[in-house]
Amino acid sequence: MVDARSPATVGSDVKVAARDLTIRYGSHVALKDVTLDIRENEIFGIIGPANSGKTSFLRALNRMDAFTTGMSVEGDIEFAGHNIRTIKNLYALRKRIGVVFPLPVGLPLSIYDNVALSPRLSGTKKREDLDVIVERCLRRAALWDEVKDRLKSLGSLLSGGQQQRLTIARALSQDPDLLLLDEFSIAVDPVTTMRIEDVLKELKQEVTIVLVTNLVQQARRLADRTAFFLMSECVEIAETEAFFDGRVKDQRSIDYVEGRFG
Amino acid sequence: MFDATELNASNRRKQGLVKTLFLMMTVLLIIPVLVILTVLIVKGGPVLSFEFLFSDPKDEMTAGGIFPALIGTVWLVAVALLASVPLGVAAAIYLSEYAPDNWFTRAINLAIINLAGVPSIVHALFGVGAFVLFFEFGTSILAASLTLAVMTLPVVIVATRESLQAVPQAFREACWNMGATRWQTIRRVVLPNSVSGILTGVILEVSRTAGETAPIMFTGAAIFLPFLPEGVGDQTMAMSLHLYAMATQVPLPDHAANLPYGVALVLIGMVLAMNAISIGFRMWLRGKKKW
Repeated sequence: MVDARSPATVGSDVKVAARDLTIRYGSHVALKDVTLDIRENEIFGIIGPANSGKTSFLRALNRMDAFTTGMSVEGDIEFAGHNIRTIKNLYALRKRIGVVFPLPVGLPLSIYDNVALSPRLSGTKKREDLDVIVERCLRRAALWDEVKDRLKSLGSLLSGGQQQRLTIARALSQDPDLLLLDEFSIAVDPVTTMRIEDVLKELKQEVTIVLVTNLVQQARRLADRTAFFLMSECVEIAETEAFFDGRVKDQRSIDYVEGRFG
Repeated sequence: MFDATELNASNRRKQGLVKTLFLMMTVLLIIPVLVILTVLIVKGGPVLSFEFLFSDPKDEMTAGGIFPALIGTVWLVAVALLASVPLGVAAAIYLSEYAPDNWFTRAINLAIINLAGVPSIVHALFGVGAFVLFFEFGTSILAASLTLAVMTLPVVIVATRESLQAVPQAFREACWNMGATRWQTIRRVVLPNSVSGILTGVILEVSRTAGETAPIMFTGAAIFLPFLPEGVGDQTMAMSLHLYAMATQVPLPDHAANLPYGVALVLIGMVLAMNAISIGFRMWLRGKKKW
């Protein structure tokens, strides 16, 4: 699936290793010299104000630079032991990485087809197999009970919170190793947000999750470790709780989580 | 506090004046349409009959019907569509979904805009040079339809490209992130949601193709040919050219003076019917909006 094994510089429990990662859009630097490890089966939080490079980091992880004119990436990213900067089969890479966007994207297909799309793209044709996948993913995304009687209706006409859970179900239907969540709760009501957060805590058993959020408390509730990005730099990486009991080293980190920021 | 000041009153007078002015402009705009339709219906209406529609012209077009021209127009439009729709849709998909934003793409877009601005008589001469002479199709339905196709390509391309671009970019990104190729994304998500818009463009193209005269008069349409064409290699009569010939070249005797109005009425009826279908289609589309 992926080629070009890189030297075993990272431990076996490391899922993603970014080394000296710099991301540019034209001449604008979105992220500068970031080096960090994301461990297997953890929720890795990324917090920071707008325009600090959080989303760019996620986009680099699934090689969206190949689909974005002007975006260029330097440095290395290892994913499951492979250097994704040099692999050729980007489609296989993206299939192993599920993405959830800030605004829910219910594709203009039926609820069923939304979730069955990825399995179909990779060749699953049998109705029974698809039925199983669709039910399993919708259940895991805590949406099944609300939609099981109308799987044929349009996914894009669900409410915002439901669409976001549909997006998560769709990401899960890829059977991903890595789940990237980009400020998923921005368009979702607090109750649904809590339901999705519960889902994520369970998913952690099977999937490694990167959670970009601008809600410091959400990172605190979910993330095992958290990185603080500020103005294109990774200021600090620590266990999440360390940000709140003052064990982090950089004063800017403490200021940010306490809301004392410029 | 709410008493009208002099300024309020003056603003209201201006507002009323401007509104009236624009209303009059709008009315002016539809007067020609109404007059044309009225004249055609009054003068052409009595000409219409089953026989007029379904019999051959007789006595040097001063009597009889328009059947060969009617069938000829259907042939010309159908063959033109067969050529221009696949070509135009494919080009639009490339331009909208694949083409990088570079000088080459910009040059192609410029060329399409210019193609739309070329006068139809120039297309006609191009058709003579390219299809009639160079490709040796002769004066035939094939040559005439290909000329029409080249002329209407920009319409198909622009309509298709616009309906493709009406599909939100977020849908494409969601698919790409799943590991879908560009083509899988286009086939599963983009095309199904733009196909109705593309069809609307195609119907508009039909109505334009049916009415054109210049591009077909040297390439395949004949003024008087009271036989039905048997294939794309034959010449044919056409409604638009038939009308042109009747109105300008035949000194019509009194009893046939209203015949051209009948032909024009049928032609306009065809075009209006096509537009009505297209409008109905759009309304149906809005009814089942998907996002």
